[in-house]
Amino acid sequence: MAENPDDRTYTEDHEWVQLDATEENVYTIGITHFAQDALGDIVMVELPEVGDNVSTGEPFGAVESPKSVSDVFSPVTGEVVAVNEELEDSPEYVNDSPFAEGWLIRVRVESASELDGLMSASAYATFCESADH
Amino acid sequence: MGEVDVRNTALHDVHVEHGARIVPFAGYAMPLQYDGIMKEHARVREHVGLFDVSHMGEVWFRGPDALNVLNGLITNDLNRVGDGRAQYTAMCAPDGTIVDDLIVYRFSPEELLVCVNASNRHTDVAHMREYAQPGATITDESDDWSQIAVQGPKAAELLGRVFGAEAAQMKPFRIASFSYEGVRVLLSTTGYTGEGGGEIYMPNAIAAELWRALLAAGEDLGVGPAGLGARDTLRLEMAYCLYGNDIDRTTTPLEAGLSWVTRLQKGHFVGRDALVSQKEAGVPRKLVGIEVFEKGIPRQGYEVLAADAVVGHVTSGTKSPSTGRCVGLAYVAAEHSAEGSELIVDCRGRLRPARVVATPFYSRT
Repeated sequence: MAENPDDRTYTEDHEWVQLDATEENVYTIGITHFAQDALGDIVMVELPEVGDNVSTGEPFGAVESPKSVSDVFSPVTGEVVAVNEELEDSPEYVNDSPFAEGWLIRVRVESASELDGLMSASAYATFCESADH
Repeated sequence: MGEVDVRNTALHDVHVEHGARIVPFAGYAMPLQYDGIMKEHARVREHVGLFDVSHMGEVWFRGPDALNVLNGLITNDLNRVGDGRAQYTAMCAPDGTIVDDLIVYRFSPEELLVCVNASNRHTDVAHMREYAQPGATITDESDDWSQIAVQGPKAAELLGRVFGAEAAQMKPFRIASFSYEGVRVLLSTTGYTGEGGGEIYMPNAIAAELWRALLAAGEDLGVGPAGLGARDTLRLEMAYCLYGNDIDRTTTPLEAGLSWVTRLQKGHFVGRDALVSQKEAGVPRKLVGIEVFEKGIPRQGYEVLAADAVVGHVTSGTKSPSTGRCVGLAYVAAEHSAEGSELIVDCRGRLRPARVVATPFYSRT
């Protein structure tokens, strides 16, 4: 299993959240290697539009495999400032590169305290091991 | 799933060796996928894939009047095929709804094999025994048989290598006996993918050995395993019905587009009166192929609309791996069932334009 990068935090819904290096209070959100592996081949990604608002714990989009459709839940509350338009033609990026090219959206949050309670990479790895059983 | 009794097929160890993702299905631990649905789908369309379909049930009708007894239970007419042939059919309840869809193999008028869906096996056998006329014994041998489907453009060649040239030359919808290492197996040129090839019925004891022999013999043909996930996308591209999704005890063969296997003129069979009445009154809804546009994959249960009114629902759907089209099967009111009818599918709150299209969704040419 691929390493979970330790430059970001993780949710129990198997999303990752990473602070943008250049823009204040902007976070990039994607799904983890564990999530994409469990979903199988991803053939379509449904994302919000720039300017939409997302809320913590609410679905903001969906990833679809040949067999199923799964919600993606927002780990933060804020405004969508970018979506990964590459995924329209190449949804397989989510399988091939979940932590980089397969990112889903960028969200500007109102305050960084939003991220309290999310897991570190090592805590998330432990969480996945227990979820795998 | 802990409370459910899940059984392994004779090929379970082989699946584990292949690294399969195993899921419970119809009471069996079955391989959902090995190296991914898309790869396995392409393997079957382009080369040849092996499926473990041992969960399917095998029920024998034997006796002096076996053909007629079975014919009284099914919608198709076994007098239309000769010995050594296979026939697809529905089996209905008295109200005309579908108890199961079946493949019947006619060895002789005194001996016929019925392949039933795993999830319906016990219901089917109880139904058959309840409604069968005298003159045949009905034997459920499902626990004794394993089944491997060999499907793809290279399947016939592979079957020929393992069973001899005769196996490679069988025409579609035939069944014949072959010997493998001294054991009798049945090979039928049937399947659920739209590709050539066949399905091998064999005693459990030789299933793993035969699976490995097929893999070894077909290495240069690109053979590999394929799981239930690819089986579903492959059958859906052909618009083949899946029991439990597209047909069940709420649907009739006339609604499901199975009129071609419903021989109302053949004489009595269980469900015939109800089907005759439905035909006379007009079939109110039909199972049709739909294509959804503007990025929407139809899924089971999604509502189908025309203008603002709900006129049906989706029963199966996927993004077709071979064509990239978002397609599915849906029951829609008869007045919206003609090819070209414009519809809308409610994809989780997003209304996507859709159209009734020709099936199958995929063809080789």
